[in-house]
Amino acid sequence: MLKINNLHASVEDKGILRGINLEVKAGEVHAIMGPNGSGKSTLASVIAGKEEYEVTEGNILLDNEDIEELAAEERAHKGVFLSFQYPVEIPGVSVTNFMKTAINETRKAKGLEDMPANEMLKLIREKSELLEIDRKFLSRSLNEGFSGGEKKRNEIFQMAMLEPKLAILDETDSGLDIDALRIVANGVNKLKSKDNAVIVITHYQRLLDYIVPDFVHVLHNGKIVKSGGKELAHELEAKGYDWIKEEVNA
Amino acid sequence: MSKYTEDDLREELKTKEYEYGFYTDIESETFPVGLNEDIVRAISKKKDEPEWMTEWRLEAFKVWKDMVEPEWANVNYEKPDFQSIAYYSAPVAVDPNKTLDDVDPDLLAMYKKLGISVDEQKKMNNIAMDIVVDSVSVATTFKKTLAEKGIIFMPISEAIQEHPELVKKYIGTIVPTKDNFYAALNSAVFSDGSFCYIPKGVRCPMELSTYFRINQAGTGQFERTLVIADEGSYVSYLEGCTAPSRDENQLHAAVVELIALDDAEIKYSTVQNWFPGNAEGKGGVYNFVTKRGLCEKNAKISWTQVETGSAVTWKYPSCILKGDNSVGEFYSIAVTNNYQQADTGTKMIHLGKNTKSTIISKGISAGKSQNSYRGLVQINSRADNARNFSQCDSLLMGNECGAHTFPYIEAKNKTAQIEHEATTSKIGEDQIFYCNQRGIDTEKAIALIVNGFSKEVLNKLPMEFAVEAQKLLEISLEGSVG
Repeated sequence: MLKINNLHASVEDKGILRGINLEVKAGEVHAIMGPNGSGKSTLASVIAGKEEYEVTEGNILLDNEDIEELAAEERAHKGVFLSFQYPVEIPGVSVTNFMKTAINETRKAKGLEDMPANEMLKLIREKSELLEIDRKFLSRSLNEGFSGGEKKRNEIFQMAMLEPKLAILDETDSGLDIDALRIVANGVNKLKSKDNAVIVITHYQRLLDYIVPDFVHVLHNGKIVKSGGKELAHELEAKGYDWIKEEVNA
Repeated sequence: MSKYTEDDLREELKTKEYEYGFYTDIESETFPVGLNEDIVRAISKKKDEPEWMTEWRLEAFKVWKDMVEPEWANVNYEKPDFQSIAYYSAPVAVDPNKTLDDVDPDLLAMYKKLGISVDEQKKMNNIAMDIVVDSVSVATTFKKTLAEKGIIFMPISEAIQEHPELVKKYIGTIVPTKDNFYAALNSAVFSDGSFCYIPKGVRCPMELSTYFRINQAGTGQFERTLVIADEGSYVSYLEGCTAPSRDENQLHAAVVELIALDDAEIKYSTVQNWFPGNAEGKGGVYNFVTKRGLCEKNAKISWTQVETGSAVTWKYPSCILKGDNSVGEFYSIAVTNNYQQADTGTKMIHLGKNTKSTIISKGISAGKSQNSYRGLVQINSRADNARNFSQCDSLLMGNECGAHTFPYIEAKNKTAQIEHEATTSKIGEDQIFYCNQRGIDTEKAIALIVNGFSKEVLNKLPMEFAVEAQKLLEISLEGSVG
């Protein structure tokens, strides 16, 4: 589904990603771990198409199509979803209205009519029940005054509504207490299928107790320096990142 | 990256024209340019007005001659030459006695272009329409239906003929001829406008609407609107405006007077989309308007305005809360883009006891524009327990525009409660990227954010107007993020 070849990217002429190679197949969950500043969030933003980042070398293929030239919204239309580490507030725009716009814009891009209102309501009801979201929450302004847990749960709700092919969860566990973490992780697990894929970006192992990865990759200095199965995450939890750095430098 | 960037978009939009900028070639009768007593008399004569009206105009003209234009507003523009404007222009084909079927087909085609098919409006929206092109009112629909309830809704020129006692009793009582430079000018030369009277206890069953349009070059538009809601009555009144794109500036100096007698309520909504000038700041309408309402006991007046047009706006729809327990409201969205300048706000004058006022002002500035809120809250010494709440929010797009807030508060009664809140924010790249990532392109994202910002005010508009206003906001701000 996703194939990243020798990806180099920089922001303001500062190289951050230095040759990433990664392949993610449908039905798989990949975890990307690494110390602060290793380029994890940059990788997420580059895949999603944030403009400030310039790809200087390599390419990103989604279903064998190079998406490098596509604008962020076009990538979204093709099924790329990013759960933000810091979701932004949009005052006066309700969660429902925001989702309605997002879904209809995506449909428009595919040459489809707007989703009929009753279908939209049904979808909202279905997904909010799936994620145990109080529907009062959906009429609140997007992320305005939301707690950390509410923001992250809202991200996963949006993921459920948009049904992406590839979901990238950027530090979804940061700022969550254990209960919120469990709810968010359960949501992701419910949405997982053989047709979609999830990339979990995290600093800590604890989220991976709930969302169990098929592969774990360690990012260091803009490169994947080590890959393995879920046991790699446990090893990192026990030993920290220093031994990896030493291994790389050796 | 060969991506379609915001810069490309901005370029593309520069060449995009003002949607309502067409000019309709209708045969018009236009007076020679310039203003003197003879012109004032001629306008009055043209309208076959009674002598008291002619005298009233001449009195206003005398006052105007000795007045100077106000200069305190936060706007810069070349002053209009009042001797180079034609003060009367009328489509020739109009005859007030004819029905809609007799209206010049070109004129009807123009309404269609404006998106206001009169027939459709009549049937679907349950709106009674009066349309003022250049200086005269060309069609008032639904007159009969309204007449059954005793509601009078007609061009003010006709009202002067048919209901002189009402016009004479109220005209100039809320905005006196001497009130200000533009009000005096309007009083002298107004050529038409709308008149509305709702009898005691009647709830007007439909929205009343006036559509104003300046068509002819080199003309000014000076319409006068008078709305009287008798005791215990209710009316919702809408007003829309457009003008052709022209290189020179056109002058629009209107006066609106509202009278809400005991227990009456008037909702007055405006969607103003006069030509704002082009991207270089050339042309556009000067919109110098005086709007004021008077509330008697337990009465309520709400002004709602969505201002996206005009090169220069100078406008302060106000409420005089004379009666005890009366309520004044002002909800405003003012958008400025390119080189537009707006100085707009309200005055809430609390005279009666337990009077309440609410001001919600949303200013959105883009391009190189300047957007000012100016508002006065005045609590008179006898206005016990008066309350005001004001909220002024500004949204900035780009780094070259300005937002300003000038609140004036004068409280002469110790029991007054006055609250003022103000915020300024900027549309952030993070917000845009967040929307993009959800599949919403940048244009749509801006529209969404702006609509969210303006929601409290948009919600106050009647349904069909709210949709139009939302579209207008989108059009006005296209390509303006930077």
